[in-house]
Amino acid sequence: MSALLELRGVSKSFGGLAAVSNVSFDVAAGSVVGLIGPNGAGKTTTFNLITGNHRADRGSIAFEGRSLVGLRTHRIVSFGVARTFQNIRLFQQLTVLENVLAGRHCRTRAGLLSALLRPPRAAREEREAVARSSAELEFVGLRGRDLDLARNLSHGDQRRLEIARALAADPKLLVLDEPAGGMNEHETDELVGLVGRMRGRGITVLLIEHDMSLVMRACERIVVLEYGEKIAEGTPAEIRANRKVIEAYLGTEET
Amino acid sequence: MGRRLAVAYVAGAALLAASPLVLDAYWLDVLNNVGLYVLLALSLNVILGDAGLFNMGQAAFYAVGAYTAAVLNTRLGVPILWALPVSGLVAALFAALVARPVVHLRGDYLLIVTIGVGEIVRIALVNDPLGLTGGANGIFGIARPSLLGLRIRRPEEFLYLIWGFVAVTVVLFHRLERSRFGRALAYLREDAVAAEGSGVNTARYRLLAFALGAGWAGMAGSLYAAKMTIISPESFSFWESVLVFLMVILGGSGSIPGVILGAALVVVLPEVFRGFASARMLVFGFLMMVMMVVRPQGILPLRAPRFRVPEAPEPGAAETPR
Repeated sequence: MSALLELRGVSKSFGGLAAVSNVSFDVAAGSVVGLIGPNGAGKTTTFNLITGNHRADRGSIAFEGRSLVGLRTHRIVSFGVARTFQNIRLFQQLTVLENVLAGRHCRTRAGLLSALLRPPRAAREEREAVARSSAELEFVGLRGRDLDLARNLSHGDQRRLEIARALAADPKLLVLDEPAGGMNEHETDELVGLVGRMRGRGITVLLIEHDMSLVMRACERIVVLEYGEKIAEGTPAEIRANRKVIEAYLGTEET
Repeated sequence: MGRRLAVAYVAGAALLAASPLVLDAYWLDVLNNVGLYVLLALSLNVILGDAGLFNMGQAAFYAVGAYTAAVLNTRLGVPILWALPVSGLVAALFAALVARPVVHLRGDYLLIVTIGVGEIVRIALVNDPLGLTGGANGIFGIARPSLLGLRIRRPEEFLYLIWGFVAVTVVLFHRLERSRFGRALAYLREDAVAAEGSGVNTARYRLLAFALGAGWAGMAGSLYAAKMTIISPESFSFWESVLVFLMVILGGSGSIPGVILGAALVVVLPEVFRGFASARMLVFGFLMMVMMVVRPQGILPLRAPRFRVPEAPEPGAAETPR
């Protein structure tokens, strides 16, 4: 399998704090990769570097061989990298359907003149965008909620709505930042199923997660960060047996 | 557009069309002022209400439009209504130019910059560096407009011209808010980071919102120039920007009927309270304070869900040519 996403020696500091230093890893096309580590290990910063919310100080980030460093987020989304946020960022006052349509934005074209004059082409594009968005809502299990306001959804449903919004952008790589955060066990089980079905659609998934049961079940490769550095990488079984990882999570014994 | 709203629009249009039968010239002129302010408030609503960008310098774009039309008319003899689209374009370009370096600023910071822009434009008009604006005296002798060979000079004639333009604006802006473009502005207002992260080019839409709102204010400015035949810098003071800002917030930011109502109240109420003479602004100001305390979302707030779902295509029936 070829690498869809390649990070090489990526570093980012904020003031004097090295949030991410010299991190390299690959995400193979079609795989599900987990990024784990204790709080403050630089996981979300790594995500923000990939999606263009921050700009890397050093190192290269390539998606399908194309460098992402210095590109604005919406360009990166149009290449096929969509994301969700750790602290849910929906358009709370808008409807569920409108939220998903946001993901469709970069795949549609109608501009200001189309808005004012409404040529048939724009109307058709709009119908197709709605149909596709409804399909994504059904895919994540939010069928029939189209006209509810996003803020009226339960926490778990809001997480799923964010995923639907990201899916509507036709991503090749989906970057999920703590998708199970605040979910109960049942919802987490459903999420594992959803990740599997996304993979079935050929979407590569990179996720940050604290819920180890989810990570171990859903991911085939795991990258571990601590203090901004990569300390381990491997299959779930390898990670579970890795001394450094165990120390990072449980602390070292005084000798 | 909901059915009740459509009925309200038709009723409003009918009342306005019939108003010359009952109102005297003074009140017709008040109505014309209401129309101009409705245009201004709707233009600001694109920037402030739809895109959520604080702009307290809308009078600058109004002035650029009015002066463009006045200069074209008095220097080059361009008929004033022909100058209308040009003033819109010039104001839009001007807005795009001044907004480009500052449009990424957040809320209150952007507000302060736009106040500055408004003052710079007003002072530039007074100082007249290009020798075009007539300084503090302004420009006079702007020709009356004529439409289809009909010369427009009486208040009731202006009523149809101005409110006709308002009607077109209302229809277009309702279309806008239910389009991909309008949704992009709503995403920007709700959460710019999430909008960008969903693939919306937020910098571009901020600029487009400014250009569109300013362009519309510019066209309103050329109508103002046509109505007054004299324009001077004092008509485009900071106070005008404040009033227009107030109309949008008071009526209901983002809501087209709300903004229309807000503009009407802000223009008409001081006229009604003219009997109180010097106390009228006091009464008016007090009403504003009460409103902001008891109903901060505006009189007719934006109703959600705002975008109705277009009918999802029936399987197989979608591509049937009509």
